[in-house]
Amino acid sequence: MKNISRSSYALLFIFLLCAPLFLHDFRVALLAKFLCFAILAVGICLIWGYTGILSLGHGVFFGLGAYCVAMYLKLEASPTGIPDFMGWSGIVELPGLWKPFANPYFAISAAVIVPVLLALVLGYFTFKNRIRGVYFSLISQALVVVFVTLFIGKQEITGGTNGLTNFSTAFGISLTNRGVQQVLYFITVGFLLLTVAFALWLTKSRAGKLLMAIREGENRVRFLGYNPTSFKVFVYCVSAALAGVAGGLFVLQVGMISPEMMGIIPSIEMVLWVAVGGRYSIFGAVIGAILTNSAKSFFSESYPDFWLFFLGGLFILVVLVMPNGLVGLGKSVGEKITSRIKKKEKEDVQHEAGPYVS
Amino acid sequence: MKPVLTCRDIKVDFDGFYALKGVNLNVFHEEVRFLIGPNGAGKTTLLDVICGKTRATNGQVIFEGSGQIDKMQEHKIASAGIARKFQAPSIFPKLTVFENLELSVKQKKSVWALLTAKLNSEVKAKIDYILEKINLQNERNREAGELAHGQKQWLEIGMQLIQEPNLLLLDEPIAGMSGVEREKTGYLIHDIAKECSVLVVEHDMDFVRNFSKQVTVMHEGAVLCEGSMAEVQENEQVVEVYLGRGKKVC
Repeated sequence: MKNISRSSYALLFIFLLCAPLFLHDFRVALLAKFLCFAILAVGICLIWGYTGILSLGHGVFFGLGAYCVAMYLKLEASPTGIPDFMGWSGIVELPGLWKPFANPYFAISAAVIVPVLLALVLGYFTFKNRIRGVYFSLISQALVVVFVTLFIGKQEITGGTNGLTNFSTAFGISLTNRGVQQVLYFITVGFLLLTVAFALWLTKSRAGKLLMAIREGENRVRFLGYNPTSFKVFVYCVSAALAGVAGGLFVLQVGMISPEMMGIIPSIEMVLWVAVGGRYSIFGAVIGAILTNSAKSFFSESYPDFWLFFLGGLFILVVLVMPNGLVGLGKSVGEKITSRIKKKEKEDVQHEAGPYVS
Repeated sequence: MKPVLTCRDIKVDFDGFYALKGVNLNVFHEEVRFLIGPNGAGKTTLLDVICGKTRATNGQVIFEGSGQIDKMQEHKIASAGIARKFQAPSIFPKLTVFENLELSVKQKKSVWALLTAKLNSEVKAKIDYILEKINLQNERNREAGELAHGQKQWLEIGMQLIQEPNLLLLDEPIAGMSGVEREKTGYLIHDIAKECSVLVVEHDMDFVRNFSKQVTVMHEGAVLCEGSMAEVQENEQVVEVYLGRGKKVC
């Protein structure tokens, strides 16, 4: 089993590294976007699959990470030092909130730190007060509504519904350059590799087992002398950090971020990627994000009128037929085949043993 | 002799219904104390108060070495050395037997400590020792959820033992066990008592008769009497509580 999972990871990353050789630039750019989603999906897998906390608000962490990097890119693309949309709102001086984001290093670290801080505060208060299950999911949805409303309402600072776009350079290098896009692609693959390695290490550690134990029986964990609050806050922060990283990488490659991309529907979709791939498996989360998004773009290109139906159908199918996602399906098919082979071997042996009537 | 655990005038009010009406109880070192009593006597509620699951409306719980514990958080009470086995087997079904015990081992229990924890030979030896005690050596790599009911009960007892507690609270440890398993559990409990005090809630009178030294009888949220099983059986009040009711039913 170990070898199978190891070789599937190896195959996946070999494929990702070679993809620019045989895929069109446009496809590579799409794939890069999906890989950002895959990083985020690993975070959701950790918190939902392993710890059993269903967060329907990861769009916010993704969005915050994206906005942090986008603010830097926007400032680089504004020759006057004030983003164009602010001018339309009559703002003549750069707001204090924006000032530190002129520094790329600040912006990049903020893309991780801001989501983590939000998760820390929100997680501490909800988990400490033992808000669990559906109630936590609802709060995480409310978080999305709050942030989307805030980002749209504060148009003069955030760019409103249009969000932030029209970037040109990062570190003085043009982002539209083909070579730069390829480098960014490989950086994303590298981040995904690091994310997967970290997630595997975490789940194999004793702390990872405790996360599963929280999923299985939080009270038992408590009466073993552990404080589940700190572990839940920890995993919430980890997944928020991964979502932030994903958002930052996303904005570098896609070139825009708007409140729509961090809203309720994307937040729920993120959970569905993980469900499709298999929520109990890191590998499942990665391929779930890549395959679901590939299917989405394939359907929307080929059947623009029907693609939402296809997508909906796919999700219903997964929920009804494959509760453990694609990975679970692969596993059960594999087990069936091996058990059938074993059974056959047994029968053959009995045959050879001669007429044996019981 | 100083008691390990002292409960003073514990009252628990569930919206006007007093599940406990002023319970006083002492548990001493290396003692196996059985709590018996008819349904609704408040035995499980008392265990819940001791381990922090239910908060007492009145009274104090004092634990040797930690002082008053009735205001402490559950995980702190557990770290102080009180282990609790619940009535329904409460284990982690998707983790293996070994992993269940690995998480229960007495260790630093912060996030950082667990991230950096290593499975060293000392921990392995401890787990092996417990596995042998609870007779699950051959099931170590099985998912705990696949075990038979009795084995789950044992695993949960093992998870409490490996915490090296000073006081072990067992809630109906033999519920759903076969005759042989019951006897094994009885001997296991006596074995445990060499290292820590044990407070057992049990319904099964034969089991109590065979394995108890000290018995506390509870009735309607209060302690009725204490003593050896023989003494308790002679007590008229106890006879009335148990048999009197029985007669009416018959």
